[in-house]
Amino acid sequence: MTTKPRIKMPDNAKAGEAVEIKTLVSHVMETGNRKDAAGKTIPRNIINSFTATLGGKEVFSAKLHSGTSSNPYLAFFVKAPAATTEMEFTWVDDAGITISDKQPLKVG
Amino acid sequence: MTQPVALHVTDRRSFVLSAAGIAALAVGLSGPAAQAQDAAAIEALLKKVVGDAKPAAARVLIDIPEIAENGNTVPFAISVESPMTDADSVKTVHIIATGNPQPDVAAFNFTPQSGKAYVSSRMRLGKTQDIYAIAQMSDGKFFMSKKTVKVTIGGCGG
Repeated sequence: MTTKPRIKMPDNAKAGEAVEIKTLVSHVMETGNRKDAAGKTIPRNIINSFTATLGGKEVFSAKLHSGTSSNPYLAFFVKAPAATTEMEFTWVDDAGITISDKQPLKVG
Repeated sequence: MTQPVALHVTDRRSFVLSAAGIAALAVGLSGPAAQAQDAAAIEALLKKVVGDAKPAAARVLIDIPEIAENGNTVPFAISVESPMTDADSVKTVHIIATGNPQPDVAAFNFTPQSGKAYVSSRMRLGKTQDIYAIAQMSDGKFFMSKKTVKVTIGGCGG
């Protein structure tokens, strides 16, 4: 279930410039509205939160609800710092499973 | 050569007309009472986010297709006009899909380090409905925007 998320970082950001980061993670995002063949409700299991940090400080986060599509895609902007800094991306689902990845935000 | 083409056009037109008739009938059936109920429900949903504040219809831009063929993944992008400085930035953007079984889609939290109050993602839409994006600014003010999306195939399962 915990496949590696796909993250697209900018190649070379200029310090102070807002750059776009695109993320995609595989997840069923089961809404809890659907029923299985036997008529039993399939319990909800969605990624309920996403956090992106830059050098350990939160830059962008999201609270997701069942209205977000499966394999949630999120694109957002980050203002590039003065030097290359590590970013960490974390997804948490209803079952408590955490998916995370680290990528450097290259400045230069 | 021209005649078959003309015939084809007539057929298409009558088909479109009858389809429109059915749609009008469906709208008629749901009636004004249902609409009034919807309006109250939407008001309650918005109130949950903004409290007693009156959000101004400005600064928030929703980029979403007018017609979504597949309600399972409807791409959207939200941007909010803001300098995104420490003194003046967008704190949170709430997305509400009024016609979904659970209307909450997502809430996105920004910081001045975001540089730009922009987010793009994909949402599920169960049926044709209004989408609201409500932005809460760092000074506590609210701005919002609304867009109607027509959904051909709903995406909330049954």
